[in-house]
Amino acid sequence: MTEVVIKNVIKRYGENQAVQGINLEIKDGEFAVLVGPSGCGKSTTLRMIAGLESVTEGDISIGGRRVNDLPPRERNISMVFQNYALYPHMTVRENLGFSLKIAKLEEQKIAEAVNHAAEILGLDELMDRRPAELSGGQRQRVAMGRAIVREPDVFLFDEPLSNLDAKLRTQMRVEIKKLHQHVGNTIIYVTHDQVEAMTLADRIVLMKDGYIVQVGTPLDLFNQPVNTFVATFIGSPPMNLVNAVVQGENAIVLEDGSHLPIPSSAKNRVEDGQKVLLGFRADHLMPKGHAISEEGPTGEFELPINLSEPLGAESILYTEIAGQEVQAKMLNPRPVVSGEVLKFELQLDKCHLFDSETTEAIRS
Amino acid sequence: MRHALNLAWQVINVDHNNSHRNRSYVLKGAYLFALFVVMSIICIPGLWIVLNSFRPAVEIMAKPPIWTPSFTLDHYRALFGGAGEGGVPVLSYFRNSIIVSVVSTVIAVLIGMSGGYAFARYRFKGKTGYFVGLMLFRAVPGVALSLPLFIVLSRVGMIDTHIGLIFVYVAMNVPFTIWLTDGFFRQIPKELHEAAEIDGCTRWQAFWQVEFPVARSGVASAAIFAFLTSWNEFALASQLTRSVDSKTMPVGLLDFTAEFTINWGGMCALAVLMIIPALVLTFLVQKHLIAGLTFGGVKG
Repeated sequence: MTEVVIKNVIKRYGENQAVQGINLEIKDGEFAVLVGPSGCGKSTTLRMIAGLESVTEGDISIGGRRVNDLPPRERNISMVFQNYALYPHMTVRENLGFSLKIAKLEEQKIAEAVNHAAEILGLDELMDRRPAELSGGQRQRVAMGRAIVREPDVFLFDEPLSNLDAKLRTQMRVEIKKLHQHVGNTIIYVTHDQVEAMTLADRIVLMKDGYIVQVGTPLDLFNQPVNTFVATFIGSPPMNLVNAVVQGENAIVLEDGSHLPIPSSAKNRVEDGQKVLLGFRADHLMPKGHAISEEGPTGEFELPINLSEPLGAESILYTEIAGQEVQAKMLNPRPVVSGEVLKFELQLDKCHLFDSETTEAIRS
Repeated sequence: MRHALNLAWQVINVDHNNSHRNRSYVLKGAYLFALFVVMSIICIPGLWIVLNSFRPAVEIMAKPPIWTPSFTLDHYRALFGGAGEGGVPVLSYFRNSIIVSVVSTVIAVLIGMSGGYAFARYRFKGKTGYFVGLMLFRAVPGVALSLPLFIVLSRVGMIDTHIGLIFVYVAMNVPFTIWLTDGFFRQIPKELHEAAEIDGCTRWQAFWQVEFPVARSGVASAAIFAFLTSWNEFALASQLTRSVDSKTMPVGLLDFTAEFTINWGGMCALAVLMIIPALVLTFLVQKHLIAGLTFGGVKG
């Protein structure tokens, strides 16, 4: 059992507090993704788990063993770095076998382990090359191979795909997911890319300013964001937010005076006159005739199109509700010219309400 | 009309291309000429020394100069000859130079490399101050230190010893070695060290197994510079050495100056003997001087 437990962990650099007392339990075999904007403390947290940064306060334990003061080599972890950190003076074979050589394993066992890892990652033909002779994707695979060879308790990934181009990134994402299925170890993965987080994670840990904002499955975060930060960070395009004011018990009024019923999830949780933000995803604001027909109440708008981004199977339409730019989605798209006015349907069941001041979700 | 315009445009275009091509020829010619002048300034004194070591003394001093030189090995013969025949204890000087230069270089590189690594990798109080201090120390002209050094070394009985000179050269070379290796270690991403630590290395192992091999071109350049500085140093060595037991080759050159004459031929011959080891060493190490080993290990 190699669960990773982080208890009240704080990291300070002089006056600066990079991690502000976080608590987290990552289960054995779980693929946890720490995600957040730059400077949110996700990499620092990972480096503390790895033992590359000291823990100012709190405890980190791996597999039930407190590791705060252990050097990295005694934590039985392996790590893939953003810039790969392959040893430039060694061949791929030597890079892969380095950790085992340091552990003074027999030559034959090293060769077996190295060949096994090479087989998993398709590195067989590159074994005698040096890192400088490899492409970005190949280097990335070697870095992963180096991590596998050790058979660690926990894999740590620090933005491993950031240096790859978009196509390769998608490929490697799949390979990492396969790797997890193959080895089944606990993985902690840091990224700033919410798509990576959504596609890879069993559980996402969303961080901001050194705090954990929300922990949950990708769909939890997507469907039930705890505040506007999560709502706009997770999902592409981000959730639309429109200013509104609660009127009476059942309605909200947008800035242009139009009325909408309060989303069912927020009923009885708001007060008359409370300033709120109405949140909805582009998937739930679609032009009539280009939407998925779903049951449930809808609000109707006639909106002018400012811009359209055709993506093939769908188009993203930029329009305005009550003077605020929002994005909508058009399925089975047809060409749309800017200025064209379309009739839109907003699925009210899928809408969220957030308090304007606290930005917290209002949900029963 | 359009056809005529097209044609005119093509003609202008061709002229434009020609003038650019001509200009690039002229620039290339000027570049080669400038290169020739600069290389001449650098090489001619060396060449003069080598040529004169093979010429009879009369030819060296001849006015007007003799353009078709004759060839003789007399100066070399004399050099290794007896004391009365213009000979000097070349082998002793050579041995002293080798001992002093090699030992001081090894010590300076070991200390300098540790220092450079510390400056590149660790944060500590007064780091910038120490660094500037080291560089300032290097800025003091060596000769200015000769009197205090002489007094100190004579008090501790290290005048005319290898160890005294080695101490002085280590002190001279350490700042520069720190500065040079600091730059090289800085270029090595710290992730390499971290990866090694995660792979099971201690800090010490991570340094010797990963960072040192990657930075060896930098260490080699530092070593070459330190060696050449010690090998060629004259001012301090001439003050701090007395006898054949410790005199180095540059100091040995003084043996060719008498009260009224200078034996240019002999001096040049010894100078050539002095240049050869330095040249050979530089040639051997130069392939390590070519940096670039770090590329590829991490994404640039």
